[in-house]
Amino acid sequence: MSQKLPATDIVIIGLGWTGSILAEALTRTGLNVVALERGPWRDTSTDFPTTYAQDELRYHIRHDLFLRPAQETMTFRNNANQTALPIRTWGSFMPPNGVGGGGVHWNAETWRFLPSDFQLRSHLVQRYGEKFLPEDMTIQDWGVTYEEMEPYYDKFEYLCGTSGKAGNIGGKKQAGGNPFEGPRARDYPTPPQRQPYAPTLFAAAARELGYSPFPQPSGNLSQAYTNPLGVALGPCTYCGFCEWFGCGNYSKASPQTTLLPVLVRRPNFEARTLCEVTRINLDGSGKRATGVTYVDAQGNVWEQPAELVVLCAFQLFNVHLLLLSGIGKPYDPHSGEGVIGRNYSYQVTSSVDAFFDNKNFNPFVASGAIGMCIDEFNGDNFDHGPHGFVGGGYMGAVQTNGRPILGTRVPKGTPDWGAAWKKVVAENYLSSYEAATHGSCYSYRDAYLDLDPTYTDPLGRKLLRINFDFHQNEMKMSAFLTDRLAEIIQKMGPRSIEKNPRKGPYTITKYQTTHTCGGAIMGTDPKTSALNRYLQSWDVPNLFVTGATIFPQNAGYNPTGTVGAFAYWAADAIVNQYLKHPGPLVPS
Amino acid sequence: MQQSALAGLLLILGVCAACAAEPVRPAKPAHDKQSFAEIERGHYLATAGDCAACHTDPGGKPYAGGRPVETPFGMLLAPNLTPDRATGIGAWSDEDFVNALLNGRGAGGTRLYPAMPYTYYTKISRDDALAIRAYLNTLEPVHNEVKSNQLPFPFNIRLTMAGWDLLFFHAGRFQPVAGKSDEWNRGAYLVEGPGHCGLCHTPKNFLGADETDNVLQGSVLQGWFAPDLTGDPRRGLGSWSADDIVAYLKTGHNRISFATGPMSEVISDSTSRMTDDDLKAIAAYLKDQAAPKESPPAAMSAQNNSMRSGETIYVDNCSACHGPGGKGITHLFPALDDNPIVQSKDATSLIRVTLEGAQNVATQAAPTGPAMPAFYWKLSNAQIADALTYIRNSWGNRASAVSSGQVDDVRSEPTQR
Repeated sequence: MSQKLPATDIVIIGLGWTGSILAEALTRTGLNVVALERGPWRDTSTDFPTTYAQDELRYHIRHDLFLRPAQETMTFRNNANQTALPIRTWGSFMPPNGVGGGGVHWNAETWRFLPSDFQLRSHLVQRYGEKFLPEDMTIQDWGVTYEEMEPYYDKFEYLCGTSGKAGNIGGKKQAGGNPFEGPRARDYPTPPQRQPYAPTLFAAAARELGYSPFPQPSGNLSQAYTNPLGVALGPCTYCGFCEWFGCGNYSKASPQTTLLPVLVRRPNFEARTLCEVTRINLDGSGKRATGVTYVDAQGNVWEQPAELVVLCAFQLFNVHLLLLSGIGKPYDPHSGEGVIGRNYSYQVTSSVDAFFDNKNFNPFVASGAIGMCIDEFNGDNFDHGPHGFVGGGYMGAVQTNGRPILGTRVPKGTPDWGAAWKKVVAENYLSSYEAATHGSCYSYRDAYLDLDPTYTDPLGRKLLRINFDFHQNEMKMSAFLTDRLAEIIQKMGPRSIEKNPRKGPYTITKYQTTHTCGGAIMGTDPKTSALNRYLQSWDVPNLFVTGATIFPQNAGYNPTGTVGAFAYWAADAIVNQYLKHPGPLVPS
Repeated sequence: MQQSALAGLLLILGVCAACAAEPVRPAKPAHDKQSFAEIERGHYLATAGDCAACHTDPGGKPYAGGRPVETPFGMLLAPNLTPDRATGIGAWSDEDFVNALLNGRGAGGTRLYPAMPYTYYTKISRDDALAIRAYLNTLEPVHNEVKSNQLPFPFNIRLTMAGWDLLFFHAGRFQPVAGKSDEWNRGAYLVEGPGHCGLCHTPKNFLGADETDNVLQGSVLQGWFAPDLTGDPRRGLGSWSADDIVAYLKTGHNRISFATGPMSEVISDSTSRMTDDDLKAIAAYLKDQAAPKESPPAAMSAQNNSMRSGETIYVDNCSACHGPGGKGITHLFPALDDNPIVQSKDATSLIRVTLEGAQNVATQAAPTGPAMPAFYWKLSNAQIADALTYIRNSWGNRASAVSSGQVDDVRSEPTQR
């Protein structure tokens, strides 16, 4: 039996990046906001202090900051011919846990999507014709334009203090920036991070091949910065422990370093941690959310009534909660009907390992997002006609981590352990390099999320089931991108290189990225999207959903910049439209 | 120390019978206790005096008392100041209140202990005292019986305070100093009166009274060193501009220093809520405090063993935030070069911060509240001593070396702070 709590105005489920952004914007209106977070409270100096934050064993290998699969996991299968089994240790992606969410342990690569990414289907059909797209590809337009999103990208970048170099200000190309990016209103808030040696060599090689290299936009700051909320961040120390680690230097943009210090001072804001929302409750009509039910750390069940519910959990858990709450029609891959679980997508990454003689790259000088990239082969920046695939990605020499245990590279054929392995590691530690491509992953009819028929979580709820595999289009793209990257690396003069294009089948046991996307996507048609263009549920208008859950498909960039921009976009719609006239913001 | 204090007090007990405090003038009938402006003025003055710091128990109702106040002689619990008639001061007349604030006498003439800083509050004007009373009258009455006196014998005998008052208490309202600006005089009033800055920042004699020859030169209390506020260029406020002082009191930090420890509460509850004009006045007055005439110690040689060991510890553990040259990061990590606290004659605060970590107070104007992690588990007493010796003698800093014994003293001290 649940105990009913006094009603509040707004409940936010999940206090990561988007939950914090929404909470900041919504508490500003004077309304009372309660954020419910499954994980613990986390604070820079107490939870990832510089005195022990750089512990690869604790954080990288033992997954200290992540959700425990015993708490909640999901099952996985590549296709309908297999029986899905539960993931018992994280591999391909790392579900976040706790206040700050993925914002605590991201690499802080802070990109914008290309203008054409937002009109993907209509753009590609117009340029290449309907038949050019694989038959089972279910890509869609987002229902918004880049121009509409620009001010919200700007807001997120200025919240974070993102370090970068503009390539296009108001339509005017800027030397040294990304010439393919959409027009931005102004430059990044802080200049790019200083580049280590290898990215500098990469940029020179790329220029020689006629490309336009530019510094990767980074949420690990090049210099001290105070954001518009008055919260201060410090310069990155290039310690190399970003991805999977919290930053103890206040230099990586996260909810902790940009928003929470302001939020915790607001008397109308309340965060309840170690509280897992089990259900979004609906009234008898099924058209209105009445609040949420959650379980606290002691196992007590509470009902928190609210006028408005904002679902801000990690992508997979947003979809899980919608399915468990019976909101929206579950997607059926056979009929192609239904919207919850539809268009699950991921990210297609690949790499080139290069081994040099007489080079010293100082690989321990690293940050989550320092590097030089090119964007010639992203999105539709090049003619796909001759290549027989769609999509693309950025590529570059990004010195993302300085971790000593797993950050070592050895040429293929080296023994996996022992004296011979040690010798080769020592020989190659300073002079090898891994460059990477970060490719799009488009959506398909058979890539979706649903509830597992067999396995349940500790609360007795059906686990979420991931049905996913890479498709030929993506693997062709990855081979193409990897070849282009290898050409650049070759120009840097290595002794040998090894190409690692992404190949199928998709496996959940080896880390790739945590960029899981889709499942409750935004769009213009309630038959093919769960949310309208303001991220409002078509079915339950007092429910909004944020995060990469809303992506109809994933572009060739890290998603957080876009996730942050859409959080601001939704916040704006709620504050300036919904609260004034509660109800559907788009007629269905 | 404890024994000699005891002996001193017993002596005084014998000598002193009753000491007349300054007679209280009758209240002006024009005083309007219901005036909103008057109540708000009282609220502001109560904030400037940080009455809540002692009279509000963390987690308790505002001004309902019960918070333990640590003194070198034992523990006192701050009384309930709400208008509850039975347990607060609701039954007090205005005259009772004024007498307590300005003369250290409770209702019925009982002696207050000077942990209640009537030695400073005596400078508050009668009008201001009545405004504070008017504000306190508007609080929600809270029934909270507080037994203030938790002191051991003989300090628990309030009459002992008669002797103390005779020796150390000089009753009298603030008198503006001719020839000084209005701003300076306002600052002097705030610092010497309601602000009671010297309660922490002025060294104390063996009976806990201010050393009147060493006003605001810094003092150790509650396990912290409250720094020197004189114009000393090295360890006082000599290198701070008036704007630096205002920024520190308003936001909790400035280009040099970041408030932590007990000063956090002062800033959060009091100075960050004061007007810019009053903060400027405080700065003007503090900037006019003469520095004690003392020559700085000779700088230690970089070849000294402690200095060399300290440098390596600093580079490995401290420099990522405080910078290789001790410059710190604006708004985030304090500078260590040319920072008066780093060079203070007493290193207690430095040792405590290194052992336990510290959080800069967050304010409305500067909400970040950056924090330093604790090193007690990571560095030995000798390592901390060497690192602090290095920091106190690098980049132009000059201060005495820190010994591992000093670190051990702070480490061993039981603390609830």
